[in-house]
Amino acid sequence: MAEHNLFLLLACLPFATSLILLTLSPNARGASTWLSGLSLVAGLAILAGFLPGIREGDVLRASLEWVPSLGMNLAFRLDGFAWLFTTLVLSIGVLVVIYARYYMSAKDSLPRFYALLMAFTGAMQGILISGNVLGMVVFWELTSFMSFLLIGFWHQGAAARDGARTALIITALGGLCLLTAMLMLGHVAGSHDLGVILRSGDAIRAHPWYGAILALFLLGAFTKSAQFPFHFWLPGAMAAPTPVSAFLHSATMVKAGVFLLVRFSPALGGTEAWFFTVTGIGMVTLILGAAVALYRHDLKGLLAYSTISHLGLITALAGIGGPVAILAAIFHICNHAVFKASLFMAAGIIDHETGTRDMRRLSGLFKPMPITATLAIVAAAAMAGVPLLNGFLSKEMFLAEAVYWHNGTWLDNALPYLAIVGSTLSVAYSLRFIATVFFGPQATNLPKTPHEPPAWMRRPVELLVFICLVVGILPALTLGAIVNIAARSVVGPDLAYYKIAIWHGVNAPLMLSLIALAVGTLIYALSAKAIATGPEGPFLLHRIRGQRIYDWLLFRLTWRLPRLALGLVSTESLQPQLRLLVLTALAVAVASLWGGLSFAPELRLHAFNPAFALLWTVGAACAIGAAWQAKYHRFAALVLLGGAGVVTCLTFAWFSSPDLAVTQLLVEVVTTALLLLGLRWLPKRRSEIPEDKLLPAKIRRSRDLVIAVVGGLGIASIAFAVMSRPVVSNVGDWFLGNAYYEGGGTNVVNVILVDFRAFDTFGEIAVLAIVGLTVYALLRRFRPAPESIEAPDQQTMADSPSVDDYLFVPSVIMVWMFPILIMLSGYFFFRGHDLPGGGFAAGVTLAIGFLIQYIASNVRWVEARITVLPIRWMGFGLLGAVTTGMGAWVFGYPFLTAHARYVNIPLVGQVPAATALLFDIGVFATVVGAVVLMLVAIAHQSLRASRRREQEELAARKEAA
Amino acid sequence: MEIILSAAIGILSASGIWLLLRPRSFQVIIGLCLLSYAVNLFIFSMGRLTPGAPPIMPKGGFVDPTLYADPVPQALVLTAIVISFATTALFLVVMIASRGLTGTDHVDGKERSQ
Repeated sequence: MAEHNLFLLLACLPFATSLILLTLSPNARGASTWLSGLSLVAGLAILAGFLPGIREGDVLRASLEWVPSLGMNLAFRLDGFAWLFTTLVLSIGVLVVIYARYYMSAKDSLPRFYALLMAFTGAMQGILISGNVLGMVVFWELTSFMSFLLIGFWHQGAAARDGARTALIITALGGLCLLTAMLMLGHVAGSHDLGVILRSGDAIRAHPWYGAILALFLLGAFTKSAQFPFHFWLPGAMAAPTPVSAFLHSATMVKAGVFLLVRFSPALGGTEAWFFTVTGIGMVTLILGAAVALYRHDLKGLLAYSTISHLGLITALAGIGGPVAILAAIFHICNHAVFKASLFMAAGIIDHETGTRDMRRLSGLFKPMPITATLAIVAAAAMAGVPLLNGFLSKEMFLAEAVYWHNGTWLDNALPYLAIVGSTLSVAYSLRFIATVFFGPQATNLPKTPHEPPAWMRRPVELLVFICLVVGILPALTLGAIVNIAARSVVGPDLAYYKIAIWHGVNAPLMLSLIALAVGTLIYALSAKAIATGPEGPFLLHRIRGQRIYDWLLFRLTWRLPRLALGLVSTESLQPQLRLLVLTALAVAVASLWGGLSFAPELRLHAFNPAFALLWTVGAACAIGAAWQAKYHRFAALVLLGGAGVVTCLTFAWFSSPDLAVTQLLVEVVTTALLLLGLRWLPKRRSEIPEDKLLPAKIRRSRDLVIAVVGGLGIASIAFAVMSRPVVSNVGDWFLGNAYYEGGGTNVVNVILVDFRAFDTFGEIAVLAIVGLTVYALLRRFRPAPESIEAPDQQTMADSPSVDDYLFVPSVIMVWMFPILIMLSGYFFFRGHDLPGGGFAAGVTLAIGFLIQYIASNVRWVEARITVLPIRWMGFGLLGAVTTGMGAWVFGYPFLTAHARYVNIPLVGQVPAATALLFDIGVFATVVGAVVLMLVAIAHQSLRASRRREQEELAARKEAA
Repeated sequence: MEIILSAAIGILSASGIWLLLRPRSFQVIIGLCLLSYAVNLFIFSMGRLTPGAPPIMPKGGFVDPTLYADPVPQALVLTAIVISFATTALFLVVMIASRGLTGTDHVDGKERSQ
């Protein structure tokens, strides 16, 4: 059990650290370094505790409930291979943390950097220890996202942003392919458990889906580990801070791809298709990467391409797939991580201390920084595969596999030759790195004077180079045992112990190694001058750039093609879109009602009432008049709109809906006030627009008229068809029957709003608050049109009495209305549960009370006397509603369960005191806040405009004086 | 009565639709208001017309649902009224802001190019 919990702790630790780091202040450099370093060390300690079990070949398992309703758990699984890889990741992580402490400048927020780094480490570790392939894909995508943030850490630079985006698009797309592959694998194997999938290799290979699974799986792995033709994201990712490069491109990220290849080789490997694609692509990448690396002038660019090349080597080994090849792949994963991390860190030191990474400018650095130079030279030698260093051992195992392993295909026959080409080139670029940077005449025109870095910045490099040496000289004593355990956990328990040794006698691989060293040196010696002055790529190849093809494709896909499609199927202008919308609605209605719309044989009608007919004669005239006048006579249209609204309100009252009538009437008041305030900012339109008289405009109007009439007829006939039928019993009956017993109120509409369907109401007041805030935010940056800034004519006419004067009597009345309206609002509110009224109506009434004060006198007078804080009203309203709802949890009921009872208050009498009333207070306050906020925000625009005008006048007067 | 109300809904929505398709933003705003009356009345009328029987219950005793107006469409329309006010306000602000930015009250932010 303790082991189980420790294992879960290991999985969660980096994420938890990341969260804590995010809370630290940006200046907490020391604390954040210690915290991240110690968290990784704690992880390593847990892993060390697991070692005895791992040695025995145990597989550790743990699981965490994730989506129990879907039966999905986060399962973890630790075997030898995962153990070795996780240890590698965490160890290099510790060194990167120490290194970054000195590399990152004071301007960079270290806690943020470490938080991203820790989250990335957690995701990477998650891939390694996932016991469920779906969980693995989740972590896989998480590494893509975290690496995006890390590569783009210096987001001020365009190169960093582009590099980060390219990396994200390529690796995340690969991740989606991988997800599909994993889902198919899970279907074929019958389980998403990693162990089960790895054991059902035969079933998978025999399945008709094998080809598709393999293709998708390899797309995922190849994009992640930067295999040709997806390699170009990796050099672009060099815009990242160097500690990130050192981490991502040595032990993590790119290694996730080869991890996957090695891990799944028992399940998917062993077929000809696997061998040809994996080894083939691996060899192409190996040679191409090495060839381009030789020509790169940027130090990190050289290392990036050499990383691509080494990943190709590991991929090729995974493609061969024999037990020794897997062992060699695992061994090379470790070795490459060690020497490449140290090289990146050394490159970072050089960049940090000289100010440049351009190898054409760097020269003779051995003298000013001898220790760093020595370390970098040893690491580069390990990369080249010089004997007595770790890179030599795994590279020789690779050469041995290339020579001795056979399956009789042409690719197998070509392997030794391809391998020797790759090794030769890798010697050449390593030599170029050593020779140009550290030897030759000392460079003089560097941005900074080079010197040794702070001691602790170099410590991680020293340790890594020390490991290169120790592993290189004593392989069997150091990594031999654990690499064997790891390989056994991949290929099976019957793997014989493979003894890694330096000396196997004079044999073909040794000869190949020596040839590579000699020829590589020769190549560099002959072409050093040409390379230094030439383009960044081998002959002609530098003209074909993956990055350029990708950019072209991306531009086509995300810019040109959508524009083209938009031009074909859409328009930017609103009218055709709305017309299409209306026509579609009409078409859908016709299609669904075709042949089905019939009137009831026995129409159930109410007796004709002439007063009602008269009412709607006026209403219809108002509606048509508003439609007719809205263009040239906005004020008239507004008045007519109000008329239609009042008739609607009376209709509600007529047909037993007092709540709706009250609300409609009140809302009508505020809507009219609102639109009146808006009229001020619209252009004057005194003469007819000449184009309106032209034929096209007339045709458009007639066409729209036809659409409108058809639409109106349609709605009217549907409405009549429904209204003339008897009512079907529905949920309303239940509401009517239970409003009093369950909701404690007799006004059913109100009980529905604040009790039965309170959650809907909660949603609506949230919408209201959001709209209020949006209006407020939009108006904060409002700039009126130039001609509306002037004060309106009525105010500028010299002999006209001011607004205050001619509204004098009404304004006194309006001021006195304020307490009455507050009263009315309270009345509406308290009777709401039993009689027409409620939070909505009360809220709008109070808002009208405030609004009338603004109308009665000028804004400054009102605001000097009443302080309304609408945003607080809204905030308290929403909070009140939520708290009331959550109060139900205390008693063990679902959200917003209401409780009702009557309370006897002295003098007042029986008062319904349901918790729904508290909720209604929330509704009330939110409505008041939102309505007042919107109206006041719009009303203030005049104030702002006049203030600006006064300031300008003042400035003009000063200038004149 | 049903015929009158259906005709009223039809006229309101026809005026609304016509205004919706017009080029000036103020016309569209008025159109949306008219359309919202029409839609509110339409939803309301789905509960059938019941004069003189508001859904106010007696305190206790047996309740016969057929004696009262259907409360569900009323509850739906009540919030719709308040929300339509909010959307009108939002549209109005977008309208005047767009007018300030583009200098025209055409819905596309520019006059039709003939």
